[in-house]
Amino acid sequence: MEFETVIGLEIHAQMKTKSKIFCGCSTEFGAPPNTHTCPVCLGMPGSLPVLNKQVVENGIKLALATDSAINRENRFARKNYFYPDLPKGYQISQFELPIAEHGQLEIEIDGQKKTIGITRAHMEEDAGKLIHDELEPKSYVDLNRTGTPLLEIVSEPDLRSPEEAVAYLKKLHGIVRYLDICDGNMQEGSFRCDANISLRPKGQEELGTRTELKNMNSFRNVQLALEYEERRQRDVLLDGGEVIQSTLLWNPDTNRTESMRGKEEAHDYRYFPDPDLVPVHIDEDWIERVRGDLPELAGERKQRFMDDMGLPEDVAATLTSSRDLADFFEQVCVDYDNPKKVSNFISTELLREYSPEQINDCPVTATQLAALLQMVEKNTISGKIAKTVFADMLQSGDDPEKIVKDKGLVQMSDEGELVAIVREIIAANPDQAQQFRDGKTKVMGFFVGQLMQKTKGKANPQLANKLFAQELK
Amino acid sequence: MKITKQEVERVAALARLELSEEEIAQLTPQLDNILSYVAKLDELDTEGVPVTTHTHSQNNAFREDVVRESLPREKALANAAKENGEAYVVPKVVG
Repeated sequence: MEFETVIGLEIHAQMKTKSKIFCGCSTEFGAPPNTHTCPVCLGMPGSLPVLNKQVVENGIKLALATDSAINRENRFARKNYFYPDLPKGYQISQFELPIAEHGQLEIEIDGQKKTIGITRAHMEEDAGKLIHDELEPKSYVDLNRTGTPLLEIVSEPDLRSPEEAVAYLKKLHGIVRYLDICDGNMQEGSFRCDANISLRPKGQEELGTRTELKNMNSFRNVQLALEYEERRQRDVLLDGGEVIQSTLLWNPDTNRTESMRGKEEAHDYRYFPDPDLVPVHIDEDWIERVRGDLPELAGERKQRFMDDMGLPEDVAATLTSSRDLADFFEQVCVDYDNPKKVSNFISTELLREYSPEQINDCPVTATQLAALLQMVEKNTISGKIAKTVFADMLQSGDDPEKIVKDKGLVQMSDEGELVAIVREIIAANPDQAQQFRDGKTKVMGFFVGQLMQKTKGKANPQLANKLFAQELK
Repeated sequence: MKITKQEVERVAALARLELSEEEIAQLTPQLDNILSYVAKLDELDTEGVPVTTHTHSQNNAFREDVVRESLPREKALANAAKENGEAYVVPKVVG
């Protein structure tokens, strides 16, 4: 039997605000446990939450970037459950009237475009962090993260494969990074993804029983976990079994999904409007003001790279897949205005070592890369040596000028110096020289290779070709 | 009857309350009374009345995104049943 996979994603994007959603505590990551709390985020009696305006602005930005409808009236609700990371016994979230609804994103796989619906996006507060003791039956609660603003973004079950799910996730990741509303760090948990996945016989309308996957803290883990779960459900169904609706944790060490013990019980969140928070009214003026401040998004930027810089679509798409990479590329072009050469070098050399999302981890600055490409332009070094120098820059972070000088990599462009070596090589290889004279011009590669070996790659390649052609006549 | 014994048990479980049979027997009619009293509101014709969640007309109470000082950790942990100087200590919840 053939099955169709149905996936929907729930994404929690931590807002890049300075303070929490309902109090003035800092949202800084990595502070000592329980040093960023106050009566409001600890849920002490008598404290009152007051909404951080920036969170609403961020919600409007996301809504605009995802073609969502913005609810003019927003309300907050209490989602009631008990868990040690939730000091109030309820999470302040949105239930009815979330900030954004009915949005969409376009993904592309192998040139095929597809529109994925976004059901809703709502504002809410994050819970604290639990650290489990390895040996004793204890957990430690750190409430620094409690009250950190989140946007939860829920997709329609429109995704039909793990590849589509990852493409959607990357697209949304790119958007929140472009909007600069979330730092997108999946390892630190500021961009988290849960997935609902089910299988149904091809052609069937009704959805199969789904499982919910958690704990996938990288794009790769999302892909692996969904692939694993897809296979597992298919095996269960082919064996005539039934998928059990459950929440599963991805274990990146064993590459398996495992059932989650402890939290498994029927949920009944008993949502009701939070009486502590007044409704939020978003008027046209506010929306237009935010729209006016929106940065150039990936799609527009890609088009500009194609139209103004003459880059091919696939290259422009790669360069704009992350805002950091696009910024880096443009910064290099400021100092070395040759977008084609810059994009070529970035695609082949830089992206081999760093993914578009990690570009800020690269020790080489845009100025340094521009300087390196300038040296090639001025024939100070060859394009080949530039790659070696770049590898060195990635290791040391040193300026290219320094590396070239220290290692004596300056290109040999002195005809007199080179012609002596060229003659030496021809004399030492009479057979190949004869072949060349007989019309086998392919042996030119051999001669240039010999020269490069003797000069440790420093010979100017154009000059080398010219000199051999001249001396072999 | 507005509420059954089973519903009382469920609500108690959700609120992490352990109730004896006697307490359930006592609470069920009390809760039923309260619900019947509130149910009087259902008699009103609310056709065309917008959904009201707040009894006053204020909206858009915001704070600017500014960091303020947090509590010293000793104070934050002061009411904990168990703490280790850094964190609240609770019975292991998962795994």
